[in-house]
Amino acid sequence: MLTIGLAHYLTVAAILFTLGIFGIFLNRKNVIIILMSIELMLLAVNINFVAFSVTLGDLVGQVFAMFVLTVAAAEAAIGLAILVVYFRNRGTIRVEDIRMMKG
Amino acid sequence: MLVALVVFLPLLASAIAGFFGRTIGDRGSQVVTCGALVLSAICGIFVFREIMEQSAPQVLTIATWIASGGVDVAWSLRLDTLSGVMILVVTIVSSMVHIYSIGYMAHDHSIPRFMSYLSLFTFFMLMLVTANDFVQMFFGWEGVGLASYLLIGFWYDRDTANAAAIKAFVVNRVGDFGFALGIFAVFVLFGSLDFGTVFGKAPATTHEVMNFLGWQVPALTLCCLLLFVGAMGKSAQLGLHTWLPDAMEGPTPVSALIHAATMVTAGVYMVARLSPMFEYAPGALGFVGVIGGTTCMFAATIGMAQYDIKRVIAYSTCSQLGYMFFAAGVSAYGAAMFHLFTHAFFKALLFLCAGSVIHAMSGEQDMRRMGGLWKKIPITYVLMWIGSLALAGIPIFAGYYSKDAILAAAWASGTAVGRYSFCLGTFTAFLTAFYSWRLLIMTFHGETRADHETQHHIHESPWVMLAPLCVLAAGAMFAGMLADHFFVGEGREEFWKKAILVLPAHDSIAASEHNGGFIDSLPLIGGLIGIALAYICYMLRPGIPAAAAVHFRALYLFLLNKWYFDELYDRLFVRSAFSLGDGLWKTGDGAVVDGIINGIAARTRDAALGASRLQTGYVYHYAFAMLIGVVALITWYLIPR
Repeated sequence: MLTIGLAHYLTVAAILFTLGIFGIFLNRKNVIIILMSIELMLLAVNINFVAFSVTLGDLVGQVFAMFVLTVAAAEAAIGLAILVVYFRNRGTIRVEDIRMMKG
Repeated sequence: MLVALVVFLPLLASAIAGFFGRTIGDRGSQVVTCGALVLSAICGIFVFREIMEQSAPQVLTIATWIASGGVDVAWSLRLDTLSGVMILVVTIVSSMVHIYSIGYMAHDHSIPRFMSYLSLFTFFMLMLVTANDFVQMFFGWEGVGLASYLLIGFWYDRDTANAAAIKAFVVNRVGDFGFALGIFAVFVLFGSLDFGTVFGKAPATTHEVMNFLGWQVPALTLCCLLLFVGAMGKSAQLGLHTWLPDAMEGPTPVSALIHAATMVTAGVYMVARLSPMFEYAPGALGFVGVIGGTTCMFAATIGMAQYDIKRVIAYSTCSQLGYMFFAAGVSAYGAAMFHLFTHAFFKALLFLCAGSVIHAMSGEQDMRRMGGLWKKIPITYVLMWIGSLALAGIPIFAGYYSKDAILAAAWASGTAVGRYSFCLGTFTAFLTAFYSWRLLIMTFHGETRADHETQHHIHESPWVMLAPLCVLAAGAMFAGMLADHFFVGEGREEFWKKAILVLPAHDSIAASEHNGGFIDSLPLIGGLIGIALAYICYMLRPGIPAAAAVHFRALYLFLLNKWYFDELYDRLFVRSAFSLGDGLWKTGDGAVVDGIINGIAARTRDAALGASRLQTGYVYHYAFAMLIGVVALITWYLIPR
């Protein structure tokens, strides 16, 4: 019987984190996907927090996870709000079109 | 203290008219400047009487100017006969010109500015003639140059006036450079710039030599020659004369005051003032004589062929200054100052009469478009006759006495230079009379050649213009007769006292008393022939000048084009200066300096352009860069060292 241990949690978290990174970099379509990828990375971090917290018997990790969730929620709200305003102004949220900083 | 009033009243008036001209208005500034100048002239007469009573030169120190090591320069007023005569001439002529300007400039837009400049000029001129050291003299010298520049370019909306002002300024710089070098040489030689000290030491330095551009030259002669270069520039002598005719672009009162009566005679005054130096430098004196004699003939020949009424008189001024210089060149400083004195009256008179004619002719200056004016402006006509008689040296008029004294002294000096200038001077007396009557007849007699519109407007000038003319005419008639005794006659020793120094061996005025009657009457005979010839050529047989111009075409063009001096200078100096400037501008500044600066700027921009290509604007590129950075940092910390 396979016991699910710390290594498994960390592996899942790493996979999620990597997915998030690739989601940011390889995504050419939509800013919302970037936001989602960031959420994904934060979740991966949360998994790490909780896994270590359980393994080490230290609740601080879980408390931190709570904080991260809160911040993530706030960040998602602000990010979406910005996006809405941006869409109203520019009529697009395609990543390729957002390049005002081009030199 | 009266003399301080004389000198500083014009400055005060100039400041008031210049700074508050808008507040006090045209009338106010005229009243202030004319009032101050008349007051100054009256005080000047009293100062002159005071000077006559004292025996030694008086120096009134006002303030210290420079006290640095060996250089000690004070603001001071030196009062002796020489400066007294100049104060008299400058203040009287200047006040007359001020009053005349009220009428002449009545329709101008900037009367306060004009009056202010005129008064400022008077102040500088008085500073020049009352200087007690070389530096203050130089201050006045440059000041009158500045005022001259401002007044020549007074009508600044005319291109020709601006060009003439710049020309006058630049040509004077050449002379002033010589003057400045002369002052330096004097300081090196004498260790002082004070007139008294320098004059005291001058006899002891006759054998000293000085290194000049690698040559060992007699020091005193070098000083005198360099200083004389300054005088040549200011007094428009041969070579540096080109600015004077062009200076006629200025308003006529300016021509009368600055370019006839006072400023241009500053050079003569300077040579007379420095007579204690020039007397011990016979080489320099000879040079002064030759230049004076040549200029006197040269300018008169040009005057014969000019058609602009003011230019004729300007060349006449140049020629008369030549007389003064060769008088100084044969040590007849008294005669030079005498001619300066009388010339100031009759030449200012002639110029102001010409101004009155121009005023009547609605600004026309070309004598070919005048003629037949004598019935319409009779008073100006009579005054012009008086001025011309004085200029031509006809007895009882002022010019007769002074010109006669000069030519007699030149002959009596017995030197080669003296004989040379006597011959040229006598010939010039003939030329002078000829061009004066040519001017008179062309302007006032014969058929009227003006167009109908101008003829309709011809009118006699108002009394505010004629009254000063009458005062000057009185000077032109009687100044010679009255002053002859003092300037060059029996009373000259007592009159000049120690203001000018003439070595006994050089005393040509004394020697001239033994001249034969024929020599003495030659200038007068020349003058009468000149008048007669002009009368024949322009009155009786008006065809002769035109025929002569065709027959002697080369000579006529040579004279009409002023001996081609302007063309020569244009080729030699102006164009080479322009091409040098052009080269420096296009190659030196354009290619080299700008090239370096622009090159650096262009490379910087290229680099910045390259850097800006890195900025794609895509969010994920930035994020990727951050990621790479984070990875790199982590790797750096994780690598075990």
